[in-house]
Amino acid sequence: MTTFPVERIRADFPILAEKIRNKPLVYLDNAASCQKPNAVIDSISEFYRHDYANIHRGVHTLSVRATDKYEAARDKVRGFINAANTKEIIFVRGATEAINLVAQTFGKANIKAGDEIVITAMEHHSNIVPWQMLCEETGAVLKVAPMNVQGELIYPKFEALLNTKTKLVAVVHMSNALGSINPVKQIIDTAHTKNIPVLLDGAQAIPHMPVDVQELDCDFYVFSGHKLYGPSGVGVMYGKQALLEAMPPYQGGGDMIRTVSFEKSTYAGLPHKFEAGTPAIAEVIGLGAAIDYLNEIGMAAIAEYEAKLLAYATDQAKQIKGLKIIGEAHEKGAILSFTLDHIHPHDIGTMLDSLGIAIRAGHHCAMPVMEFYGVPATARASFAMYNTKEEIDVLMQGITSLIEVFG
Amino acid sequence: MFEDLRDLYQEVIFDHNRNPRNFRVMDDADRKVEGFNPLCGDRLTLYLKMDGDKIIDASFQGSGCAISTASVSLMTEIIKDKTEAEAEALFKTFHDMTTGKDENIQLEAVGKLAVLAGVREYPARVKCATLAWHTLDAALKNQQQAVSTE
Repeated sequence: MTTFPVERIRADFPILAEKIRNKPLVYLDNAASCQKPNAVIDSISEFYRHDYANIHRGVHTLSVRATDKYEAARDKVRGFINAANTKEIIFVRGATEAINLVAQTFGKANIKAGDEIVITAMEHHSNIVPWQMLCEETGAVLKVAPMNVQGELIYPKFEALLNTKTKLVAVVHMSNALGSINPVKQIIDTAHTKNIPVLLDGAQAIPHMPVDVQELDCDFYVFSGHKLYGPSGVGVMYGKQALLEAMPPYQGGGDMIRTVSFEKSTYAGLPHKFEAGTPAIAEVIGLGAAIDYLNEIGMAAIAEYEAKLLAYATDQAKQIKGLKIIGEAHEKGAILSFTLDHIHPHDIGTMLDSLGIAIRAGHHCAMPVMEFYGVPATARASFAMYNTKEEIDVLMQGITSLIEVFG
Repeated sequence: MFEDLRDLYQEVIFDHNRNPRNFRVMDDADRKVEGFNPLCGDRLTLYLKMDGDKIIDASFQGSGCAISTASVSLMTEIIKDKTEAEAEALFKTFHDMTTGKDENIQLEAVGKLAVLAGVREYPARVKCATLAWHTLDAALKNQQQAVSTE
């Protein structure tokens, strides 16, 4: 294997040259949001400088150009996750909106009182609350598959929850709080033998590994652009065409209609049926640029590099007395959640920030996970393809020093 | 290594974090109120013993960051033998000091609490310092329900 070109990649991300509190930035909050390469930043400013107009149905040149770029980005997303058809790629605000969309359309049309929805104990709030709201509205029941202390799904217990009342399985692909990667192929195959559709929350997985929705055979796959080195405010809801065709629209408005009269309106076909109103045009185009950029590097190479980073960080962390790693799944992405004896994560966060190191401290929008481990919060260092071993050394030195200061 | 943080994490704060004062359940408390900061999960229970409108004893239980632990520990010391009105006045001064509302506050007016003035430079941490005082405010107003900083 050729060496991963991390220095060249770093040079593509202008923010990585910033000084924070007079120290070089060490950005380890990638699970919350990733930084943006020049390719993305430039694509947006170029679009606004030269090509901007509203999309669809405009006959003037700029509108045609903007539409072409917007729809080209849709095809880039399709290719990136290997969907069969661009009709299956719906642009939304982010993974959260995508899950709410599925809950409010597929959910309301197919899930009734007494039906069951199965999630796991390691979900982000965005894959809990929309289902709770749906259950409150419909009288359906939310079932939670447990995990073990390593942060791994207890598969037999998950399997035992599936029955004739189960109408949907909604599972996180990779946990944002723990890094655990779920056995999603196995989950989908098991659910499909019982004719249960599966939604994967890919918000955390998508920047870390190749994703092939046809190979997985998932029914829905959702993710956010900002965690994929793209702009905030745009995300993707992939759904199998047949499911999307059968689902009612989400929001009503312009762009999602075929005809409108005061008596009755008819809806546009896919994908526009789910894209009411002017979308985040520049952001979609920026997401397309992020995907072009990632394709040049290759997701498999990124996954391999990040696995080495995580292994190194884990080894180093284990040498620090009083540090406890939260989440030690065998299959794990580049996230290191931890606690320190007698030092609150918020103090860790503030102290590391004074050294230029950005980590996250808190419940990571996964309060049930914190409750499971009996901690109010954790500190979380989350890695991206532009991080280096040297940055991990800076982190570990910072942790060691703050432990000394706290005494 | 942490020179920049010397204003925020003064030695007094480390001391109170390591050895919080009045850290105990008060079985015969006249007032008992819980405070919660949902953003970071800090929780505390504040106990007051009153004699008329005078606070004659204060204690707490709970868990939180160094700033919030030191803040509540210092508070239980300083409010002892203060009247309700005096404690409320101190709360207002403390609040203005930590939120940076009044830059001309005479730090002598808050005594030992001045060590917490540094949080005004760290907006994300102001609530850590004020949780204790919001909880006290609720206790003085004799509210029964838990206090949240949200």
